[in-house]
Amino acid sequence: MTLLHLNGVTRTVQLVDAPPLTILSGVDLDVNVGDRVSIVGRSGSGKTTLLNLLGLLDNPTSGTMLFDDRPVQSLSSGARDRLRGREVGFIFQQFNLLQGRTALENVITPLLYADGRQFWQRARIATEMLERVGLGDRLGALPDRLSGGEQQRVAIARSLVRGPRLILADEPTGALDLETGESVMDLIDEVATQSGAALVTITHDPAIAARATRHLRLDHGVLQRSSPVSG
Amino acid sequence: MASNLVGSVIEAWQELRIHKTRVMLSLIGVAVAVCAITTVVGLGGVAQQATVESSERAGGRAASLYLSASMNDGSIPTGMPEIWRTALERYEIDFASRVVNTSQTVQFANGAVPVQTIGVDPPYGTMHRITLEKGTWFTDEDQTRLAPAVVINSVFWDRLGRPDLRTHPSVTILGEGSTTAVITGIYPALSWETEPAMYMLADALTSLPSGAADSNSQFGPPSYELWVPVDVSEQLVTALQRDVQGALGSEAFVQVNRQDYAAYQDGDPFLSLKLTVGAIAGLVLLLGALGLVNIALVTLKQRIREIGIRRSFGATAGRVFFAVMMESVVATVVAGVVGVIAAVLIVKSPFVEDFISQGQVTDFPPFPVDAAILGLVCATVVGALAGLIPALVAVRVKVIDAIRY
Repeated sequence: MTLLHLNGVTRTVQLVDAPPLTILSGVDLDVNVGDRVSIVGRSGSGKTTLLNLLGLLDNPTSGTMLFDDRPVQSLSSGARDRLRGREVGFIFQQFNLLQGRTALENVITPLLYADGRQFWQRARIATEMLERVGLGDRLGALPDRLSGGEQQRVAIARSLVRGPRLILADEPTGALDLETGESVMDLIDEVATQSGAALVTITHDPAIAARATRHLRLDHGVLQRSSPVSG
Repeated sequence: MASNLVGSVIEAWQELRIHKTRVMLSLIGVAVAVCAITTVVGLGGVAQQATVESSERAGGRAASLYLSASMNDGSIPTGMPEIWRTALERYEIDFASRVVNTSQTVQFANGAVPVQTIGVDPPYGTMHRITLEKGTWFTDEDQTRLAPAVVINSVFWDRLGRPDLRTHPSVTILGEGSTTAVITGIYPALSWETEPAMYMLADALTSLPSGAADSNSQFGPPSYELWVPVDVSEQLVTALQRDVQGALGSEAFVQVNRQDYAAYQDGDPFLSLKLTVGAIAGLVLLLGALGLVNIALVTLKQRIREIGIRRSFGATAGRVFFAVMMESVVATVVAGVVGVIAAVLIVKSPFVEDFISQGQVTDFPPFPVDAAILGLVCATVVGALAGLIPALVAVRVKVIDAIRY
């Protein structure tokens, strides 16, 4: 089942004293439920812009983009935000935990934008999620009291707590040492597999990219198939 | 819907808890501003009351009518006491007094001294806000005393050596025959009063052996004073003029007019004071608001990343806008409450009341509720306005840029 469908997607930005800059050009991509996709590319190749589009943070300039067969360009800003909160989980390179909040409060944060059972039972759901990533004994710890690996695990728990069907990982191990990075990727794979979510990983690291089942390269805004390179 | 509202409240509370220092700074700025505006308005009320009471002591309360009558040949009209009583009964006027200005010679230890003496009826004390340091003002029972009662000023009391009123001190009023008067009360002398003065009941004064005739020839006929409701004062002026003139005939010259401080004012007599106070208070609040906006904008820069993270987890632009606004409003309302409480404590402190009133106020006005409401409304409006700018900035944040900020 196709979760995300991009067809001929381009993204250009208007510059003041220069012709429009094309960042993405003719991107075709299908992401299915349970997919493991890696996207590699150099700095400036358009990875961030593609991440914005996939995460419903930005709209394509042209082309078609469907999420669950719904054209996202026609969605209102609020509807897109709600769809993102419900269906997309972000994992960032710098963890991006909210400072001053405990691990539990960080994992609760996405549930504050949910409704129904997810909202009213947010503390229990968040606690279960932290236990699932092995941090059941660090619920009250503040981010600056956690190691890098623990922080990323909190971030993973936070991104998955609403049960998204698409996980977007932006350099998820970029701030971790090799061994911790491996264990974090194992955890992401495991949790994504258990929840049946699709995982799109944007990375510089060939070893991380090699864990995916589909490998793509972004080069000057053009997305193309790539062969896996083992780290 | 409920989850949205509860979620926003939780978010705002978390923000306030996490950013305690910033919140405290905002609170201090706004609380000081609200305290200032409320205090200034509150103290303005006390100062206004001081002015009112000072005016009322001198010229009576609003509306005070003054009646004088004399015959065209300058003599005192006969039958005035009966005409006066009839008028009071007819118009059901409770607060009225004759006023007889005389000078009586009083024997002090170091000699006889002329003392300004005003003969009045018991309601005069209420009509002119006379408050006593010690003792009591005249009552109807004092009319039947064999030794007349006198209420003296503090200068007089000092000259007597400040005798205890419980010992029923007396003074001797000299004349054709000496009269012993009992001191029943002491009123504070105004700051410019250096000579002894006293009040006596008008009937007692005119009964003194050397009394009324000499006094009248020296100070003129007694005047009559009435404290009536403002809204009927004009009709009463006309009615009294007509009645007294009718009773005395065309040979008499009768004059009734209103002479209290409010009679000479068009509109609000304290409008200029209020406008001045309002302008100062507005300026103070504006400075507080600018400080709040400044702090909010500076700290927003530090929060852009956090806002980006929240947006990535599904916070809509409206939710972010509402949360940032609510933080500002909640903080300023709390600050407003703190400021108003501080203002009440300041305005109602005995030290400040004494300083502002300068001894001129007997009926201290309660803390003006409108000042407190004004302070809270201003705080809320300032919070909303000060929150608007950072909230607009917050919703314009580019999410990915913010996350990588």
